[in-house]
Amino acid sequence: MCLAIPVRIVALTSPGMAKVALGGIIKEISVMLIEDPQPGDYVMLHVGFALAKIDEEEAKRTLELLVELDPKVMADFSPADAEAEAP
Amino acid sequence: MNAPSRIAMRRLDLTTGRIDLTHGAGGRAMQQLIGEVFRPAFDNPILARGDDHGLFDVPAGRMAMSTDSFVVSPLFFPGGNIGSLAVHGTVNDVAMSGARVLYLSAGFVIEEGFPLADLQRIVQSMGDAAHAAGVTIVAGDTKVVEHGKADGLFINTAGVGIAPPGIEISGDRARPGDIILISGTMGDHGIAIMAHRAGLEFETTLESDSAALNGLVAAMVGAVPGIRVLRDPTRGGLAAALNEICHQSGVGMFLHEAAVPVKPDVIGACELLGLDPLNVANEGKLLAVAPAAYAGRLLDAMRDHPLGRDAVAIGEVTADPSRFVRMATRIGGERIVDWLAGEQLPRIC
Amino acid sequence: MKHLDEYRDGDTARHVAAAIHREAEPGRLYRLMEFCGGHTHTIFRYGIEDLLPANVEMVHGPGCPVCVLPIGRLDMAIRMARRDGVILASYGDMLRVPGSKGQSLMKAKAEGADVRMVYSTMDAVRLAETNPDREVIFFAIGFETTTPPTALAVEAACSKRLTNFSVFCNHVLTPPAIGAILDAPAAGDADAVAIDGFLGPAHVSVVIGSQPYEVFAAHYGKPVAISGFEPVDMLQSILMLVRQLNEGRAEVENQYIRAVTRAGNVRAQRAMARVFQVLPAFEWRGLGSIPCSALRIRDEFAAFDAEHRFDEPYVPAEGTKSCECPAVLRGAKKPTDCKLFGQACTPETPLGSCMVSSEGACAAYYAYGRMRTPAA
Repeated sequence: MCLAIPVRIVALTSPGMAKVALGGIIKEISVMLIEDPQPGDYVMLHVGFALAKIDEEEAKRTLELLVELDPKVMADFSPADAEAEAP
Repeated sequence: MNAPSRIAMRRLDLTTGRIDLTHGAGGRAMQQLIGEVFRPAFDNPILARGDDHGLFDVPAGRMAMSTDSFVVSPLFFPGGNIGSLAVHGTVNDVAMSGARVLYLSAGFVIEEGFPLADLQRIVQSMGDAAHAAGVTIVAGDTKVVEHGKADGLFINTAGVGIAPPGIEISGDRARPGDIILISGTMGDHGIAIMAHRAGLEFETTLESDSAALNGLVAAMVGAVPGIRVLRDPTRGGLAAALNEICHQSGVGMFLHEAAVPVKPDVIGACELLGLDPLNVANEGKLLAVAPAAYAGRLLDAMRDHPLGRDAVAIGEVTADPSRFVRMATRIGGERIVDWLAGEQLPRIC
Repeated sequence: MKHLDEYRDGDTARHVAAAIHREAEPGRLYRLMEFCGGHTHTIFRYGIEDLLPANVEMVHGPGCPVCVLPIGRLDMAIRMARRDGVILASYGDMLRVPGSKGQSLMKAKAEGADVRMVYSTMDAVRLAETNPDREVIFFAIGFETTTPPTALAVEAACSKRLTNFSVFCNHVLTPPAIGAILDAPAAGDADAVAIDGFLGPAHVSVVIGSQPYEVFAAHYGKPVAISGFEPVDMLQSILMLVRQLNEGRAEVENQYIRAVTRAGNVRAQRAMARVFQVLPAFEWRGLGSIPCSALRIRDEFAAFDAEHRFDEPYVPAEGTKSCECPAVLRGAKKPTDCKLFGQACTPETPLGSCMVSSEGACAAYYAYGRMRTPAA
């Protein structure tokens, strides 16, 4: 429920700690709550701790479900306010 | 053997020496500080005369004047230091009137014990920044306060410039239908600073965007004399600057979130800290409001200049008695872009 | 940024919103509560309501730990901060919340109390290590997302044998609060709001798993969709709830499958269980006393329990007169229903916690959405 963001493990440092990256920013956080963290893994970061690994397979599945929504429906729908088109 | 005609003072130890109270007392020690640190860095004939004032001719026209005090911490940061910032900041404030920036003054309040090496670095940066911007530092002042009474160093700069005739650029001139443009990415300076504050400890290659914008402004005003508003979005970020203009001009604005450029490092840092890039300070960017008919020409002029390569139009001015800055979010919903409440405190949840 | 940008994509969002428009039955009202303050923030920050049909209504829940903390507990923290030799370490959100008599941690700091903002519990432990002659008290708040980090900090302090570190524990639990919301109509609550389904919290669920919500589907017959934090996540979850309601189903569905499992993060749960135990009852702003809804530090860690080390009584306190935070927290009132909203109570001059925390409904509405109501 709280602010948590997906970051990528760059390297394991001391026991229970890892360097993670988000958009070019590198930060050191605790991975004590994660099973077997590895460089390349994505984790959810909250107040200096990784709370869960992101499951790449499930993430793919989520995106596929999103895309499978019928594109024909788009034509009938226009939101109340202007679309986000840059001038 | 010839005796020297004056007593020669031992030169300041600029490597390991420190400021002490005599350097601000108005006596020989202060003169030595000015002579060995300030004057060589600022190096110009007006200052060299050694008066308490700078005396200069003023071209015809309206004079624009501005002042700003600089209390940034840390004093040194990627992309600059308090000195270069002090020059850029006041040059920019004067330049936002459309004026050609000419002269600056610089006042220093230095804490007893401040390292002379740091002072020299900072002062040299100021000289370099002034030189690069084509402005001259013609007057200054130095005070020293006891240990603990100033956070290392505070600097005040004031600046004057002359606005060419026919230029009317002011925050109250925005009109419905005008286009809003910005000169580049938002939030770089604030994040570069915050990254180097104690307790945050994240690494980034991001540098402050601190820069003198008078050259860019001159190119813009040359291409489009009818520019209505210029402002550099410093503390409070773009959000504060736009809201100020709405209130001065009695208008509203409508922006497009997808159009506002933000560097990935800045997005990442803002996510980590719970900040909005629109609220984060910039020190080398400006926003312009111009009639729609001239927007294209203005954008071209900006992109032609090294400090405006990423210039982009981000929205338009609207008629709105509530004076809101509204924004189409990237998913097509709507929100307002508000002033920041208080000092930015990051969220946890 | 991977796993972030995809869920903020405009085209994807409009795709999902189109499906909601198509599938929401005309003439039927869908009242969905997003429990979590972070979700409330997302709704306003992205203008999600602009993409929903008029008959899908979002009701804002109490999932904002800053907002639900009773004023009396904040007063205790302020008193602790004012003690000689104490460094009170706190997450940023708590610093400006108004306590009794116009006090706040920020004001106490301005008056000389040593109050420090930290981003992580380990920062607070470090403060204790580097200030051996000071008493460091960490002001712990938060739902289950934030509790495991506090547990680890207590264990770290213990293994480092620190004698100057303690935690003022105000950690609260999500499922009991959802239960209290669902029990309110039966309990005779006059302004209890009818809720058809819940968007479950994203990161609380990462920790506790999806299993604890099954009772709400089974016993109360309310569909639950555990939702990721980003706008596309929320839209997809809203669609899932609309479909459940249309089909007469009441299940726990997990939209946030990339981070939430049924069992949750067992390591984190074990850490919490080692350090904390459940209190028989705890008072929540807006929800009254809820049984088994908050945590206290176990006796074996009593040396790290600020309430054990420092004798600070709890004195129940009322909020500002006319402040509608309690009703807003229950979802019974909207921010604009509060007389003080936008007038005496603004982010600069907050009179209630809902206006201070960026997850509070009032703050989110004021910062992002107040153009929706014509100015008074």
